[in-house]
Amino acid sequence: MSVTVEAPMPGKILAIKVRAGDTVKEDDELAVLEAMKMENLIYAPAGGTVKEIKVEAGQNVVTGQVIFIIE
Amino acid sequence: MVEAISNGLSGLAAGTLHLHWTNPVMIAIGCGLLYLGIKKDFEPLLLVPIGFGCILVNIPLADVMGEGGFLRTIYDAGVITELFPLLIFIGIGAMTDFSPLLQNPVTFLLGAAGQFGIFLTLGLALLLGFTQLDAVAVGIIGACDGPTAIYVSSQYAPHLLGAVSVAAYSYMSLVPVFQPPIMRFLTTQKEKNIIMSNKGIKPVSKTAKILFPLVMTICGGLIAPMGLPLIGTIMLGNLMRESGAVSRLTKASENEIANVVTLFLGLSVGATMAGDAFLNPKTLLILALGFIAICLDTVCGVLFGKLMCFLSGGKVNPLIGAAGISAFPMSARVVQREGQKYNKRNYLLMHAMGANAGGQIGSVMAAAVMLSVLKGMGII
Repeated sequence: MSVTVEAPMPGKILAIKVRAGDTVKEDDELAVLEAMKMENLIYAPAGGTVKEIKVEAGQNVVTGQVIFIIE
Repeated sequence: MVEAISNGLSGLAAGTLHLHWTNPVMIAIGCGLLYLGIKKDFEPLLLVPIGFGCILVNIPLADVMGEGGFLRTIYDAGVITELFPLLIFIGIGAMTDFSPLLQNPVTFLLGAAGQFGIFLTLGLALLLGFTQLDAVAVGIIGACDGPTAIYVSSQYAPHLLGAVSVAAYSYMSLVPVFQPPIMRFLTTQKEKNIIMSNKGIKPVSKTAKILFPLVMTICGGLIAPMGLPLIGTIMLGNLMRESGAVSRLTKASENEIANVVTLFLGLSVGATMAGDAFLNPKTLLILALGFIAICLDTVCGVLFGKLMCFLSGGKVNPLIGAAGISAFPMSARVVQREGQKYNKRNYLLMHAMGANAGGQIGSVMAAAVMLSVLKGMGII
């Protein structure tokens, strides 16, 4: 079953901490999102394998935009 | 010849010979402020010039705050005239994005609730024997806003300016230290875990962003005319920012003007910290009451957040109430960090920013209301 990880708020992706194919556990750090001049960590909502990374570092995102797909 | 040399040499020792016990104590306090600003990164832009000004004014016979002294000149030019805090406010308005507040206007109520500490502390100060104007200057520390505290105290209680300013800026920088325990104590585990989604929050139009400072200035000024300089300057800065039509003025306001005025203001505030005026039990009481004021702000904000949580059927996380103070955007970041400690899926930042921006306006309005009420009572 796939789980999508969406941007929780508008901002800029500063860093992607995983690669496609990595195995992650629930609450593992996936990325750093800068919003309102604050760095915010995005965590895995569930364990699985990172199937797809839909954004890249330096990209601006909006609320609800899919960042990762985890299977 | 020998006598002349002897007299000359005694001139070199005069400063040391005229030291009063309060001077080295205040010089040490000035060094302490420098340490907090430089080493601990506690509001360095203000604490470094304040600390240095404090050292300068406590060197005997230099008379930097005497007639014609350079600190007296700066003080008279910008503090007595209230110009410095107002110029800084233009810069603050130019740096502030009120969009989170406009996207979620109900968070403005949290900004209002976060100011109750000012009034509660004012009452406490009156009970402890402070005069009405001194109590106002002490209570305004709870605004958690340096320029507002300096504006009010320089005008109505200038003898308390040093203590009030040091308290205001020191406690602002300690917000990440004392807010979290209050937030934890006042909220249940269930409340801490309430997730507030950012979906459905619509962007704010440019027209709304331009109208907002105009409406705030006119309405705020009509309600509390004595506070119009404060409201008007922060909103002028914001209007310049949002209009985009005067980017040179906006950049100058938030950079060159703000930086120069911050330096002069800090020196001036430090210059009021002469030992004989600063070292008395009243100063310690002011520092204590200032701390109480800011704690009460957090308490009132979180309690109001709990009320909003109840009224909304559990949709509002009470933690965001702590951001209803004017320490912008520090307090919002504290709320974000605390919220994620309990639930990693919780991103309260946008909501907390709304409350924080509301707190910034709330603190200015609180000062304006206090001054207008005092004017109405004939006290000022």
